[in-house]
Amino acid sequence: MIREGAGFRELPPAAIVPEPGTSLKNKTGSWRIFRPVVDREKCSKCRICWLLCPEGCKIELEDCFETDLDYCKGCGICAQECPYKAIEMVLEEGSSIA
Amino acid sequence: MSIKLSELPAEDYFLPGHRACAGCGAAIAIRLILKVAGPNTIVASATGCIEVISSLYPENAWGVPWIHTAFENAAATASGVEAAYKVLRRKGKISHDKVNFLAIAGDGGTADIGIQALSGMAERGHNVKYICYDNEAYMNTGIQRSSSTPYGAWTTTSPPGKAIPIGKREVKKDVARIMVAHGIPYVATASIGYPLDLMRKVKTALEIEGPAYIHVHTPCPTGWRFESNKTIEVARLAVQTGMWVLYEVKQGRLRITYKLSKLKPVEEYLRTQGRFSHLTDDDIAKIQEDVRKRFEEFVEGYRQLGVSVEA
Repeated sequence: MIREGAGFRELPPAAIVPEPGTSLKNKTGSWRIFRPVVDREKCSKCRICWLLCPEGCKIELEDCFETDLDYCKGCGICAQECPYKAIEMVLEEGSSIA
Repeated sequence: MSIKLSELPAEDYFLPGHRACAGCGAAIAIRLILKVAGPNTIVASATGCIEVISSLYPENAWGVPWIHTAFENAAATASGVEAAYKVLRRKGKISHDKVNFLAIAGDGGTADIGIQALSGMAERGHNVKYICYDNEAYMNTGIQRSSSTPYGAWTTTSPPGKAIPIGKREVKKDVARIMVAHGIPYVATASIGYPLDLMRKVKTALEIEGPAYIHVHTPCPTGWRFESNKTIEVARLAVQTGMWVLYEVKQGRLRITYKLSKLKPVEEYLRTQGRFSHLTDDDIAKIQEDVRKRFEEFVEGYRQLGVSVEA
Protein backbone atom coordinates (compact mmCIF):
# COMPACT_ATOMS: atom_id res chain seq x y z
CA MET A 1 0.00 0.00 0.00
CA ILE A 2 1.33 3.42 -0.86
CA ARG A 3 1.61 5.44 2.35
CA GLU A 4 -0.28 8.70 2.44
CA GLY A 5 2.12 11.64 2.27
CA ALA A 6 4.95 9.41 1.04
CA GLY A 7 7.93 11.20 -0.48
CA PHE A 8 9.05 10.36 -4.00
CA ARG A 9 11.92 8.16 -2.79
CA GLU A 10 9.43 5.79 -1.17
CA LEU A 11 7.18 5.53 -4.21
CA PRO A 12 7.42 2.66 -6.70
CA PRO A 13 8.96 3.72 -10.02
CA ALA A 14 6.87 4.72 -13.05
CA ALA A 15 3.81 5.56 -10.95
CA ILE A 16 3.08 1.85 -10.53
CA VAL A 17 0.27 1.03 -8.14
CA PRO A 18 1.31 -2.40 -6.87
CA GLU A 19 -2.12 -3.46 -5.57
CA PRO A 20 -5.41 -4.01 -7.38
CA GLY A 21 -8.63 -2.21 -6.60
CA THR A 22 -7.33 0.50 -4.29
CA SER A 23 -10.20 2.72 -5.48
CA LEU A 24 -12.35 0.93 -2.90
CA LYS A 25 -10.96 3.51 -0.49
CA ASN A 26 -12.87 6.20 -2.35
CA LYS A 27 -16.42 6.14 -1.03
CA THR A 28 -18.39 7.66 -3.89
CA GLY A 29 -21.65 7.29 -1.96
CA SER A 30 -21.17 10.87 -0.77
CA TRP A 31 -22.12 12.06 -4.28
CA ARG A 32 -25.65 10.72 -3.93
CA ILE A 33 -28.75 12.91 -4.00
CA PHE A 34 -31.30 10.11 -4.45
CA ARG A 35 -31.04 6.78 -2.67
CA PRO A 36 -32.39 3.53 -4.13
CA VAL A 37 -34.78 1.79 -1.76
CA VAL A 38 -35.76 -1.76 -2.61
CA ASP A 39 -39.14 -3.30 -1.90
CA ARG A 40 -38.15 -6.77 -0.75
CA GLU A 41 -41.58 -8.17 -1.52
CA LYS A 42 -41.36 -7.12 -5.17
CA CYS A 43 -37.71 -8.06 -5.81
CA SER A 44 -37.50 -11.36 -7.66
CA LYS A 45 -33.70 -11.41 -7.79
CA CYS A 46 -33.63 -11.30 -11.58
CA ARG A 47 -30.17 -9.67 -11.46
CA ILE A 48 -30.99 -6.87 -13.91
CA CYS A 49 -30.02 -4.09 -11.44
CA TRP A 50 -26.85 -5.99 -10.56
CA LEU A 51 -25.99 -6.37 -14.24
CA LEU A 52 -26.54 -2.74 -15.20
CA CYS A 53 -25.09 -0.91 -12.16
CA PRO A 54 -22.19 1.29 -13.37
CA GLU A 55 -20.56 1.00 -9.95
CA GLY A 56 -21.08 -2.73 -9.52
CA CYS A 57 -22.40 -2.02 -6.04
CA LYS A 58 -25.47 -4.28 -5.94
CA ILE A 59 -25.13 -6.94 -3.27
CA GLU A 60 -27.00 -10.22 -3.36
CA LEU A 61 -28.83 -11.02 -0.14
CA GLU A 62 -30.99 -14.05 0.59
CA ASP A 63 -34.27 -12.50 -0.49
CA CYS A 64 -33.30 -9.50 -2.62
CA PHE A 65 -30.55 -7.33 -4.07
CA GLU A 66 -29.45 -4.45 -1.85
CA THR A 67 -27.28 -1.47 -2.69
CA ASP A 68 -23.88 -0.80 -1.19
CA LEU A 69 -24.48 2.79 -0.14
CA ASP A 70 -20.76 3.35 0.36
CA TYR A 71 -20.40 3.52 -3.42
CA CYS A 72 -23.86 4.12 -4.93
CA LYS A 73 -23.87 7.49 -6.70
CA GLY A 74 -27.65 7.46 -7.01
CA CYS A 75 -27.82 7.45 -10.81
CA GLY A 76 -31.17 5.66 -10.71
CA ILE A 77 -30.50 3.17 -13.53
CA CYS A 78 -31.52 0.28 -11.25
CA ALA A 79 -34.89 1.87 -10.45
CA GLN A 80 -35.48 2.75 -14.10
CA GLU A 81 -34.61 -0.71 -15.45
CA CYS A 82 -36.12 -2.93 -12.73
CA PRO A 83 -38.76 -5.03 -14.53
CA TYR A 84 -40.72 -5.42 -11.29
CA LYS A 85 -40.60 -1.74 -10.29
CA ALA A 86 -39.17 -2.87 -6.97
CA ILE A 87 -36.77 0.05 -6.54
CA GLU A 88 -37.73 3.58 -5.64
CA MET A 89 -35.39 6.59 -5.63
CA VAL A 90 -35.81 8.57 -2.42
CA LEU A 91 -34.33 12.00 -1.78
CA GLU A 92 -31.44 11.73 0.66
CA GLU A 93 -31.84 13.46 3.99
CA GLY A 94 -30.25 16.89 3.81
CA SER A 95 -30.41 16.96 0.00
CA SER A 96 -32.73 19.21 -1.91
CA ILE A 97 -33.58 19.76 -5.53
CA ALA A 98 -34.42 23.16 -6.94
CA MET B 1 -22.78 -19.75 -27.75
CA SER B 2 -24.92 -17.77 -25.38
CA ILE B 3 -24.48 -16.01 -22.09
CA LYS B 4 -26.98 -16.56 -19.30
CA LEU B 5 -27.63 -13.83 -16.76
CA SER B 6 -28.14 -16.41 -14.01
CA GLU B 7 -24.74 -17.98 -14.68
CA LEU B 8 -22.60 -14.85 -14.66
CA PRO B 9 -19.87 -14.79 -12.02
CA ALA B 10 -20.30 -12.47 -9.04
CA GLU B 11 -16.67 -11.29 -9.24
CA ASP B 12 -15.91 -7.90 -10.74
CA TYR B 13 -12.58 -6.75 -12.13
CA PHE B 14 -13.62 -3.14 -12.59
CA LEU B 15 -14.28 -2.09 -9.04
CA PRO B 16 -16.37 0.51 -7.20
CA GLY B 17 -14.82 3.74 -6.04
CA HIS B 18 -14.03 4.84 -9.57
CA ARG B 19 -14.93 8.43 -10.34
CA ALA B 20 -17.22 8.07 -13.35
CA CYS B 21 -20.23 10.38 -13.48
CA ALA B 22 -23.42 8.89 -12.06
CA GLY B 23 -25.05 6.77 -14.78
CA CYS B 24 -21.87 6.38 -16.86
CA GLY B 25 -22.44 4.11 -19.83
CA ALA B 26 -18.77 3.43 -20.45
CA ALA B 27 -18.27 2.22 -16.85
CA ILE B 28 -21.10 -0.30 -17.35
CA ALA B 29 -19.49 -1.55 -20.56
CA ILE B 30 -16.02 -1.99 -19.05
CA ARG B 31 -17.38 -3.74 -15.97
CA LEU B 32 -19.32 -6.24 -18.10
CA ILE B 33 -16.42 -6.80 -20.51
CA LEU B 34 -14.02 -7.58 -17.66
CA LYS B 35 -16.59 -9.90 -16.09
CA VAL B 36 -16.38 -11.99 -19.26
CA ALA B 37 -12.61 -11.68 -19.68
CA GLY B 38 -11.94 -12.74 -16.08
CA PRO B 39 -8.82 -12.50 -13.93
CA ASN B 40 -6.37 -13.83 -16.52
CA THR B 41 -6.39 -10.58 -18.46
CA ILE B 42 -3.99 -7.73 -19.17
CA VAL B 43 -5.47 -4.40 -20.18
CA ALA B 44 -3.84 -1.45 -21.95
CA SER B 45 -5.92 1.70 -21.78
CA ALA B 46 -5.54 4.84 -23.82
CA THR B 47 -6.07 8.19 -22.18
CA GLY B 48 -9.77 8.92 -21.97
CA CYS B 49 -12.74 8.81 -19.64
CA ILE B 50 -12.16 5.25 -18.45
CA GLU B 51 -8.49 5.91 -17.74
CA VAL B 52 -9.12 9.19 -15.92
CA ILE B 53 -11.94 7.89 -13.75
CA SER B 54 -10.23 4.64 -12.80
CA SER B 55 -6.69 5.68 -11.96
CA LEU B 56 -6.43 8.71 -9.75
CA TYR B 57 -3.01 8.01 -8.27
CA PRO B 58 -2.45 6.14 -5.97
CA GLU B 59 -5.85 4.60 -6.47
CA ASN B 60 -6.97 2.33 -9.25
CA ALA B 61 -10.24 0.57 -9.93
CA TRP B 62 -8.74 -2.39 -11.75
CA GLY B 63 -8.72 -5.96 -10.50
CA VAL B 64 -6.43 -7.08 -13.33
CA PRO B 65 -3.01 -5.84 -14.49
CA TRP B 66 -3.60 -2.57 -16.27
CA ILE B 67 -1.35 -0.17 -18.16
CA HIS B 68 -2.19 3.40 -18.88
CA THR B 69 -0.63 4.47 -22.13
CA ALA B 70 -0.75 7.64 -24.20
CA PHE B 71 -3.80 8.73 -26.15
CA GLU B 72 -2.68 7.30 -29.48
CA ASN B 73 -1.18 3.94 -28.66
CA ALA B 74 -3.42 1.60 -26.67
CA ALA B 75 -3.23 -0.86 -29.58
CA ALA B 76 0.56 -0.55 -29.86
CA THR B 77 1.07 -1.09 -26.12
CA ALA B 78 -1.23 -4.11 -26.07
CA SER B 79 0.60 -5.46 -29.15
CA GLY B 80 3.90 -5.13 -27.28
CA VAL B 81 2.54 -6.89 -24.21
CA GLU B 82 1.24 -9.73 -26.35
CA ALA B 83 4.55 -10.03 -28.23
CA ALA B 84 6.51 -10.04 -24.96
CA TYR B 85 4.23 -12.74 -23.59
CA LYS B 86 4.89 -14.92 -26.62
CA VAL B 87 8.66 -14.51 -26.28
CA LEU B 88 8.66 -15.23 -22.55
CA ARG B 89 6.51 -18.32 -23.14
CA ARG B 90 8.89 -19.56 -25.83
CA LYS B 91 11.85 -19.08 -23.52
CA GLY B 92 10.02 -20.90 -20.74
CA LYS B 93 10.17 -17.94 -18.37
CA ILE B 94 6.43 -17.82 -17.67
CA SER B 95 3.87 -20.57 -17.53
CA HIS B 96 0.57 -18.70 -17.70
CA ASP B 97 -1.87 -20.18 -20.14
CA LYS B 98 -4.58 -18.42 -22.09
CA VAL B 99 -3.92 -14.81 -21.15
CA ASN B 100 -6.40 -12.34 -22.61
CA PHE B 101 -4.95 -9.13 -24.02
CA LEU B 102 -7.33 -6.20 -24.15
CA ALA B 103 -6.80 -2.72 -25.51
CA ILE B 104 -9.45 -0.29 -24.32
CA ALA B 105 -9.91 3.20 -25.71
CA GLY B 106 -12.69 5.69 -26.20
CA ASP B 107 -13.93 6.99 -29.52
CA GLY B 108 -11.35 9.79 -29.55
CA GLY B 109 -8.54 7.34 -28.75
CA THR B 110 -9.81 5.06 -31.50
CA ALA B 111 -11.40 6.97 -34.37
CA ASP B 112 -9.16 10.06 -34.19
CA ILE B 113 -5.91 9.69 -32.31
CA GLY B 114 -5.40 5.94 -32.06
CA ILE B 115 -6.43 4.76 -35.49
CA GLN B 116 -2.94 4.25 -36.91
CA ALA B 117 -1.83 2.12 -33.94
CA LEU B 118 -5.08 0.16 -34.21
CA SER B 119 -4.58 -0.37 -37.93
CA GLY B 120 -1.02 -1.55 -37.32
CA MET B 121 -2.12 -3.98 -34.64
CA ALA B 122 -4.73 -5.46 -36.98
CA GLU B 123 -2.31 -5.69 -39.90
CA ARG B 124 0.39 -7.42 -37.84
CA GLY B 125 -2.19 -9.87 -36.54
CA HIS B 126 -1.55 -9.55 -32.80
CA ASN B 127 -3.81 -11.62 -30.59
CA VAL B 128 -5.28 -8.49 -28.98
CA LYS B 129 -8.96 -7.70 -28.53
CA TYR B 130 -9.51 -4.01 -29.05
CA ILE B 131 -12.52 -2.46 -27.31
CA CYS B 132 -13.72 0.99 -28.29
CA TYR B 133 -16.28 2.48 -25.90
CA ASP B 134 -17.98 5.10 -27.98
CA ASN B 135 -19.51 8.01 -26.07
CA GLU B 136 -19.38 10.11 -29.20
CA ALA B 137 -17.12 12.99 -28.08
CA TYR B 138 -14.14 13.84 -25.87
CA MET B 139 -16.15 13.74 -22.67
CA ASN B 140 -13.67 13.99 -19.80
CA THR B 141 -12.03 17.12 -21.19
CA GLY B 142 -15.36 18.88 -21.57
CA ILE B 143 -17.38 17.45 -24.47
CA GLN B 144 -15.36 18.34 -27.58
CA ARG B 145 -16.46 16.79 -30.88
CA SER B 146 -14.63 13.75 -32.22
CA SER B 147 -14.90 12.11 -35.63
CA SER B 148 -17.28 9.68 -33.93
CA THR B 149 -19.74 12.43 -32.93
CA PRO B 150 -22.92 12.02 -34.99
CA TYR B 151 -24.24 14.54 -37.48
CA GLY B 152 -26.26 17.32 -35.88
CA ALA B 153 -24.96 16.89 -32.33
CA TRP B 154 -24.12 19.80 -30.09
CA THR B 155 -20.69 19.70 -28.47
CA THR B 156 -18.63 22.57 -27.05
CA THR B 157 -16.61 22.63 -30.28
CA SER B 158 -19.59 22.12 -32.60
CA PRO B 159 -22.07 24.55 -31.07
CA PRO B 160 -25.17 25.32 -33.11
CA GLY B 161 -25.42 29.07 -33.78
CA LYS B 162 -26.33 31.62 -36.40
CA ALA B 163 -23.60 30.61 -38.85
CA ILE B 164 -23.90 26.83 -38.42
CA PRO B 165 -27.36 26.04 -37.03
CA ILE B 166 -27.00 22.25 -37.31
CA GLY B 167 -24.18 21.73 -34.77
CA LYS B 168 -21.77 19.09 -36.05
CA ARG B 169 -21.86 19.14 -39.86
CA GLU B 170 -19.97 15.92 -40.54
CA VAL B 171 -21.26 12.36 -40.28
CA LYS B 172 -19.99 9.79 -37.78
CA LYS B 173 -16.90 7.86 -38.83
CA ASP B 174 -17.62 4.15 -39.21
CA VAL B 175 -14.60 2.59 -37.53
CA ALA B 176 -16.09 -0.92 -37.34
CA ARG B 177 -16.35 -0.92 -41.11
CA ILE B 178 -12.76 0.24 -41.45
CA MET B 179 -11.77 -2.72 -39.27
CA VAL B 180 -13.83 -5.10 -41.41
CA ALA B 181 -11.87 -3.82 -44.40
CA HIS B 182 -8.68 -4.94 -42.58
CA GLY B 183 -9.93 -8.51 -42.93
CA ILE B 184 -9.32 -9.42 -39.26
CA PRO B 185 -11.01 -12.54 -37.83
CA TYR B 186 -13.62 -10.78 -35.72
CA VAL B 187 -15.30 -7.38 -35.76
CA ALA B 188 -18.49 -6.55 -33.87
CA THR B 189 -20.60 -3.62 -32.79
CA ALA B 190 -22.39 -3.77 -29.47
CA SER B 191 -24.40 -1.62 -27.10
CA ILE B 192 -24.86 -1.49 -23.35
CA GLY B 193 -28.59 -1.47 -24.10
CA TYR B 194 -28.12 -5.16 -24.98
CA PRO B 195 -25.67 -6.29 -22.28
CA LEU B 196 -25.85 -10.04 -22.86
CA ASP B 197 -25.23 -9.55 -26.58
CA LEU B 198 -22.21 -7.39 -25.70
CA MET B 199 -20.84 -10.04 -23.35
CA ARG B 200 -21.38 -12.82 -25.88
CA LYS B 201 -19.44 -10.84 -28.46
CA VAL B 202 -16.55 -10.31 -26.05
CA LYS B 203 -16.51 -14.04 -25.29
CA THR B 204 -16.53 -14.86 -29.00
CA ALA B 205 -13.66 -12.43 -29.63
CA LEU B 206 -11.60 -13.94 -26.81
CA GLU B 207 -12.06 -17.46 -28.19
CA ILE B 208 -10.84 -16.57 -31.68
CA GLU B 209 -7.09 -16.44 -32.17
CA GLY B 210 -5.92 -13.16 -33.68
CA PRO B 211 -6.99 -9.53 -33.56
CA ALA B 212 -10.58 -8.55 -32.84
CA TYR B 213 -12.35 -5.24 -32.69
CA ILE B 214 -15.52 -4.50 -30.72
CA HIS B 215 -17.17 -1.11 -30.94
CA VAL B 216 -19.49 -0.51 -27.97
CA HIS B 217 -22.07 2.27 -27.99
CA THR B 218 -22.02 3.81 -24.50
CA PRO B 219 -24.36 6.77 -23.87
CA CYS B 220 -23.00 9.58 -21.69
CA PRO B 221 -25.53 11.45 -19.52
CA THR B 222 -23.12 14.36 -18.97
CA GLY B 223 -22.21 14.99 -22.58
CA TRP B 224 -25.42 13.97 -24.29
CA ARG B 225 -27.55 15.92 -21.84
CA PHE B 226 -30.01 13.40 -20.42
CA GLU B 227 -30.94 12.24 -16.92
CA SER B 228 -28.48 9.77 -15.40
CA ASN B 229 -31.12 7.04 -15.01
CA LYS B 230 -31.87 6.97 -18.75
CA THR B 231 -28.49 5.59 -19.93
CA ILE B 232 -29.73 2.12 -20.83
CA GLU B 233 -32.97 3.40 -22.31
CA VAL B 234 -31.08 5.81 -24.61
CA ALA B 235 -28.72 2.99 -25.65
CA ARG B 236 -31.66 0.75 -26.54
CA LEU B 237 -33.39 3.51 -28.49
CA ALA B 238 -30.26 4.08 -30.59
CA VAL B 239 -30.48 0.45 -31.72
CA GLN B 240 -34.25 0.39 -32.16
CA THR B 241 -34.25 3.53 -34.32
CA GLY B 242 -31.41 2.28 -36.51
CA MET B 243 -28.97 4.98 -35.36
CA TRP B 244 -26.71 2.17 -34.14
CA VAL B 245 -26.67 -1.23 -35.87
CA LEU B 246 -25.67 -4.37 -33.96
CA TYR B 247 -23.76 -6.87 -36.07
CA GLU B 248 -20.70 -9.06 -36.14
CA VAL B 249 -18.34 -10.13 -38.89
CA LYS B 250 -16.80 -13.44 -37.89
CA GLN B 251 -14.24 -15.01 -40.22
CA GLY B 252 -15.58 -12.99 -43.14
CA ARG B 253 -19.25 -13.67 -42.50
CA LEU B 254 -21.64 -10.88 -41.58
CA ARG B 255 -24.51 -11.48 -39.19
CA ILE B 256 -26.85 -8.76 -38.01
CA THR B 257 -27.35 -9.68 -34.36
CA TYR B 258 -30.34 -7.49 -33.62
CA LYS B 259 -32.68 -7.65 -36.57
CA LEU B 260 -35.35 -5.02 -36.85
CA SER B 261 -38.50 -5.60 -38.81
CA LYS B 262 -39.46 -1.97 -38.36
CA LEU B 263 -37.39 1.04 -37.34
CA LYS B 264 -38.72 3.37 -34.70
CA PRO B 265 -38.64 7.02 -35.82
CA VAL B 266 -35.24 8.58 -35.04
CA GLU B 267 -37.06 11.42 -33.34
CA GLU B 268 -37.75 9.12 -30.39
CA TYR B 269 -33.99 8.74 -29.91
CA LEU B 270 -32.98 12.33 -30.69
CA ARG B 271 -35.58 13.91 -28.40
CA THR B 272 -34.25 12.07 -25.34
CA GLN B 273 -31.05 14.13 -25.49
CA GLY B 274 -30.29 17.80 -24.97
CA ARG B 275 -27.43 17.67 -27.47
CA PHE B 276 -30.01 17.37 -30.27
CA SER B 277 -32.53 19.86 -28.82
CA HIS B 278 -31.69 22.52 -31.45
CA LEU B 279 -32.66 20.28 -34.38
CA THR B 280 -35.65 21.41 -36.45
CA ASP B 281 -38.22 19.04 -37.95
CA ASP B 282 -36.41 19.37 -41.29
CA ASP B 283 -33.08 18.38 -39.71
CA ILE B 284 -34.71 15.34 -38.13
CA ALA B 285 -36.29 14.39 -41.47
CA LYS B 286 -32.83 14.51 -43.06
CA ILE B 287 -31.33 12.30 -40.33
CA GLN B 288 -34.27 9.91 -40.72
CA GLU B 289 -33.65 9.73 -44.46
CA ASP B 290 -29.92 9.08 -43.92
CA VAL B 291 -30.69 6.27 -41.46
CA ARG B 292 -33.21 4.68 -43.82
CA LYS B 293 -30.77 4.83 -46.71
CA ARG B 294 -27.92 3.43 -44.64
CA PHE B 295 -30.13 0.61 -43.44
CA GLU B 296 -31.18 -0.32 -46.96
CA GLU B 297 -27.64 -0.27 -48.29
CA PHE B 298 -26.05 -1.82 -45.21
CA VAL B 299 -25.74 -5.40 -46.38
CA GLU B 300 -24.71 -4.42 -49.91
CA GLY B 301 -21.97 -2.16 -48.51
CA TYR B 302 -20.44 -5.11 -46.66
CA ARG B 303 -20.70 -7.37 -49.68
CA GLN B 304 -18.50 -4.85 -51.47
CA LEU B 305 -15.89 -5.32 -48.73
CA GLY B 306 -15.76 -9.00 -49.65
CA VAL B 307 -17.88 -10.18 -46.71
CA SER B 308 -20.48 -12.91 -47.15
CA VAL B 309 -23.84 -12.44 -45.48
CA GLU B 310 -25.61 -14.88 -43.20
CA ALA B 311 -29.39 -14.99 -43.51
